[in-house]
Amino acid sequence: MDGGKDIPRVPARPDESLEAPRIGVDEWVASHEGRSERDAGWTGRVGAEIARVPRPAFYLGFGVVAAFLPLVTNNDYIVRVGFDTLLYMLLALGLNIVVGYAGLLDLGYVAFYGFGAYGYAMLASPKFGLHWDTLLIIPVVVVATAILGFLVALPSRRLIGDYLAIITLFFGQLFVTVFQNGNRISFLGLTRGYDLTGGPNGIPGVDNFDLGGLKIESVPAYYYTALVIFLLALGVVYLVDTSRTGRAWKSLREDPLAAELMGIPVNRLKLIAFAFGAAIAGLTGTLFAGLNTAVFSADFDVPTLIIVYAILILGGAGSLGGVILGALVVNVSLEVLRTPGHATWIFYLVIAATLLAKVRPWRWFAVVAGGTVAFGYAAHAIVSAAWPRGVAGSAAIGGSLGDGLNGWALHPSNPMFIGNLAFVGLVFAILGLTLLQGAWRWIALVPTLYLASFVWENRLVVEPSITRLILIGVILIVLMNARPQGLLGTSRVEIV
Amino acid sequence: MNWNLFVTELVAGITHGSVYALIALGYSMVYGILKLLNFAHGDIYMVGAFIGYGLITVFGGPEQLSLNVALLLALMFICAMLGGGLVGVMIERFAYRRLRDAPRIAPLITALGVSFFLENGAQLVLGAQFHSYNSFSWKNNPIALNGFTLPAQARVSYAQVIVVIGTVVLMVALTLFVQRTQTGKAMRATSFDREAAAMMGIDVDRVIVVTFFIGSALAGAAGVFNGIAYQQVWPYMGFQAGLFAFTAAVVGGIGNLPGSVLGGLLIGLAEAFATGYISSTFQQAIVFAILIAVMLVRPSGLLGRAAVQKV
Repeated sequence: MDGGKDIPRVPARPDESLEAPRIGVDEWVASHEGRSERDAGWTGRVGAEIARVPRPAFYLGFGVVAAFLPLVTNNDYIVRVGFDTLLYMLLALGLNIVVGYAGLLDLGYVAFYGFGAYGYAMLASPKFGLHWDTLLIIPVVVVATAILGFLVALPSRRLIGDYLAIITLFFGQLFVTVFQNGNRISFLGLTRGYDLTGGPNGIPGVDNFDLGGLKIESVPAYYYTALVIFLLALGVVYLVDTSRTGRAWKSLREDPLAAELMGIPVNRLKLIAFAFGAAIAGLTGTLFAGLNTAVFSADFDVPTLIIVYAILILGGAGSLGGVILGALVVNVSLEVLRTPGHATWIFYLVIAATLLAKVRPWRWFAVVAGGTVAFGYAAHAIVSAAWPRGVAGSAAIGGSLGDGLNGWALHPSNPMFIGNLAFVGLVFAILGLTLLQGAWRWIALVPTLYLASFVWENRLVVEPSITRLILIGVILIVLMNARPQGLLGTSRVEIV
Repeated sequence: MNWNLFVTELVAGITHGSVYALIALGYSMVYGILKLLNFAHGDIYMVGAFIGYGLITVFGGPEQLSLNVALLLALMFICAMLGGGLVGVMIERFAYRRLRDAPRIAPLITALGVSFFLENGAQLVLGAQFHSYNSFSWKNNPIALNGFTLPAQARVSYAQVIVVIGTVVLMVALTLFVQRTQTGKAMRATSFDREAAAMMGIDVDRVIVVTFFIGSALAGAAGVFNGIAYQQVWPYMGFQAGLFAFTAAVVGGIGNLPGSVLGGLLIGLAEAFATGYISSTFQQAIVFAILIAVMLVRPSGLLGRAAVQKV
């Protein structure tokens, strides 16, 4: 161990003056400040100018840009993706309050989303013959969800981090189980089974939104409704964020014990955060049910939860702009994965951009890029001579990129088994790569890249629904290790 | 009273409880040392189960086993424990090590990501469908079929006996290891106070790796146990099992090894009796109710000590 670094230097002569220690400033904090101030070039100046613009201007700007989407395209599919992205933004906005501000790990969050959707579906469908007015349902459902969030938080308000996570995770699971089997609920086995939730068939035939005579039926109409609701919710959250309550939440997140000692009502704040987050999720649920005109419990299970978490973490927990950016990046890239042609382009572009950003100095970038291309052609030539089946297939994408790939990447005729082996090998290769240092890392990167392209061409691109989930898991792991504050979050200083 | 149902569910509860207890031990050990809720632990159990399934396939499949059943079982356990342990150590090394001093929420979210990655990676490689150990029709010795009869005509299969005895053996070995060896002593010291242990010259990194290896190896063994007694393996099997096992660890008192075993048996029995007497769809609700009740009445668990928060 290299001890002794922290020991202050003793003056050699009594009259020698030492730099006075900055009292009350942590050394780490000081160095961190220095790092953020160092950027004095034009990028730094632009960044400083951007930082001076008030944040609501950005949110309004986003609203204006987003309002143009249905005007520039007639394609309902694209508007639909936009609508889903807005739903994810709303969900992440609510989760941001619980996780980002108050620092409570709520793993049952999507249950509130589901509760809102089922609530709307039950009150506006032939299921029970109820067709309430939308303007009445939405407040009822939002308040009911907030109360549910309050009730869930009640027994867990005294629990610390991990216990809260597990209790809420159970709650989320319970929700899915109950709603999946809710088609024959009997009270303690005494009565006959009642059908409350339609069980695995869900609730079909849900009414569209009807805002006081204004019927919302088309996809663009829903898009605008969602956009307006999102901007309103964003405004409310922004105001709360900058209020006394918002500051109290953040102090709670940074150090619950210190917050309590300062006289902050910790328990009440936790309950408010839960109820507030739940209310936004419930509101989102009504939109979801209104557009889809059917609800199924499977939509509110763990995968949705993880996607919302990935959005929040990628954007940066605690940052409202991060919510918007995270939802855009995650949902749009997940959507792009559905079409193999686009996905392949994106895959290679992302790899190239990452190399460009991360491989320094430039001569190593040239070595890696050139090496990978050369390695591919060499491997392709060797394999086509030694093992013809290895090049019998072709790329999933056509066009110039597809032609190029056919001569460079390997496409065995029956890639299932060897592709799976390569996937496992790729995981090990990437993990091993993180252990290497210096030049060896860049040299080892070349075959790893080729292996990655092999796995992509032969396995990942043909299984888009699994690939997107794998990708979400990777995003969470990599971000937490490399950049825990996300894209737009501010890095937090942990003072022990 | 229907004694047959009672005894059958009792046996099923103890068997399933043993599996939960083994998983809960790993949870508890890791939590004791790192204060980390390792969501990926349940998925290591899934990896162990698939390693066992892979060996059955390699040796000709259930109906044409080309290997003696005892030998096959031994091989399955060794491979599943080694494989599970290796996966656990890799997760620790690559996903958790850098986050040891990060805010509490960061490793938790990483653990979620690792769990999600393992589940979906397994689904990519192995397919989403259920696979079966099919120990009802193993050539020479169908261990899930053969067995003996308890009073009240309740059947006990050899598979269930193997699960319970194997669990007991592993627990005794673990207790001896933790209580008697030097590494075990270092583990206890590290879980008591990591910083102080490091100052006393204990190689904390090594202790954490050993902890992850042992905990994950137990989960791997639990996967094989579950396979031979309950047949089905699939990529998402680790999620619910992990949830229940964590509940077991909390109910028993997290960080307390006998407590985890007690909690595991309790959860297994509750699940079995709930399935037998109430309804199989709502066993999750019952386990959840137990968890809430324990947290409200005795937050430190049945055998745990109340944690003193140091400031």
